[in-house]
Amino acid sequence: MAVTLAGFGASTLLVCLLAPLVGSTSINLSRVFDRTLPLADNVDAQVFFVARLPRVVAAGIVGAGLALSGAVFQALLRNPLASPDTLGVSAGAALGAMLALTAHADFTLLGVSVVPLTSFAGSLGALAIVFALSLARRRGTSSTVLLLGGIAIAALLNASGRFIQYLADVTDTFKTVQWLMGSLDVGSYAPIVASLVPFGAACAGFATLPRVLDLISLGEEAAEARGVDVVRAERVALVSASLSTGAAVSLGGPILFVGIIVPHIVRLIVGADHRLVLPASALFGASFLIACDLVARTIVAPVEVPVGIITAIIGGPFFLWLLFRGR
Amino acid sequence: MLLEAVDLTFAYPGAVRALDGISLSAARGSIVGLIGPNGSGKTTLIRLLSGTLKPTTGSIVLDSIPLSTFSRRDLARRVAVVPQDTHVTFDFSAIEIVLMGRYAHLGAFALEGPDDLAIARQALAATGTAGLESRRFATLSGGEKQRVVIASALAQASDILLLDEPTTALDVGFQFEIATLLKQLNRDRGTTMVVSTHDLNLAATLCTELILLRAGRVLAQGTTGDVLTATNIRRLYNVDADVTFHPRAGHLTVVPIARTD
Repeated sequence: MAVTLAGFGASTLLVCLLAPLVGSTSINLSRVFDRTLPLADNVDAQVFFVARLPRVVAAGIVGAGLALSGAVFQALLRNPLASPDTLGVSAGAALGAMLALTAHADFTLLGVSVVPLTSFAGSLGALAIVFALSLARRRGTSSTVLLLGGIAIAALLNASGRFIQYLADVTDTFKTVQWLMGSLDVGSYAPIVASLVPFGAACAGFATLPRVLDLISLGEEAAEARGVDVVRAERVALVSASLSTGAAVSLGGPILFVGIIVPHIVRLIVGADHRLVLPASALFGASFLIACDLVARTIVAPVEVPVGIITAIIGGPFFLWLLFRGR
Repeated sequence: MLLEAVDLTFAYPGAVRALDGISLSAARGSIVGLIGPNGSGKTTLIRLLSGTLKPTTGSIVLDSIPLSTFSRRDLARRVAVVPQDTHVTFDFSAIEIVLMGRYAHLGAFALEGPDDLAIARQALAATGTAGLESRRFATLSGGEKQRVVIASALAQASDILLLDEPTTALDVGFQFEIATLLKQLNRDRGTTMVVSTHDLNLAATLCTELILLRAGRVLAQGTTGDVLTATNIRRLYNVDADVTFHPRAGHLTVVPIARTD
């Protein structure tokens, strides 16, 4: 168990260190860490720390956040097709972002600009609705009801988003389309630091969940009979996964594929035990998105391909290969 | 008395009463059978006894302590449940399923130690599934799955095993196997059981006492020999049946002859 996680950890670290070295300007790692030069005169260090590292760190957080919430939603809803989009949290975040983009709102709070702020607020709104559903749920209903309720909320929020796009002028509509494809060009460390607050809270919740999620995959009653406080565990899982989704989507946009496929790739490698699946999903989601973003910004440089397109184009065949190898 | 329920009633929200005025007691080492038609309240009663549902009125005590005062974790150390069938969302192996029975015995962040693994392997051996240890649960046959789930319940090291129609999904060979296993566990470990079943012959061979449920009420209860009669079966299922002692089987057998309504 420890060996597997160390392997995932080491490869994530390697990707984190290598990704900022690659780009249109070539830089040298020894010059980046050269302490004799002040930062103002060290071009390599500026490219590394100011231009590229924030983007790599953002990709890491978004990838980890989406993969973790996907893994948790799949286990909680006992449905392998569940993803961070399933219960409408990322649709809520998208609606918030679109409102800000089309209303030309322009303000900042603690260095974070308006779109990530409204987007996170949108995800909190969706979380509130989903949480209200879960409170009403303990009356002889099943997780299927929660799933269906969540899908209805997601549909409602998505339709509202489309309506805003439809009403907006062409330039604004294009901006919203671009945002929906996802971008990790965060520009500074401020939004990253801000996203660490909800993401950190989510991780504290996730830490209590792995064994409980294993047991819930036997069924809620079976989990309860083995000593799990299912109602409490469900609430912790819902809130943590929603906060993590909100943090990730407000930082990088609703990047497709990571949240649904990364947990399955990880399960094919490490097995079903969530004590491995959760940390490995976080690490693999982070390194996968960092690598995809590297491709997105370099493959047709200086033009950038939206990273959400790259994740599906690289991840899809890789997942199919894992799924069908040796069968 | 190990497990005692007094005058239980229960209604699902917005529905008519599922159970009405049920009292039962299970002495240590006994096997109590619940029989009755579909919808008679067997599963609901099992859920009440396992603490999954709370009775609307009435009380359940375990070793003279009210069930409602136990935490989920404490209760799981005393009472284990085997459902009719188990669907697992992810690809766990048999031993992983059995190890999940140790949850209530471990601290919040503790991993299973060698002792837990030994208990899990013992449980697999006791259910004749030691050879399936590393098989994927989803690839097992119905009978193998049910035995692994029983092993998981055994790993819980509880005094009481509640089984909800444990053989309904199984063919006659596996039914026989599960019945033999349960008798053996009762004999060797002294495990007290409450078993709901549609299989009257299973009830006859396994249970020391029977509770006959119809529409949420007790139709009759008592020792198996007293209660399992042609008259009661007619009242319970509207079926005319021959109930005779079978010398080779060594217990009462029930042969349905005709429907009487």
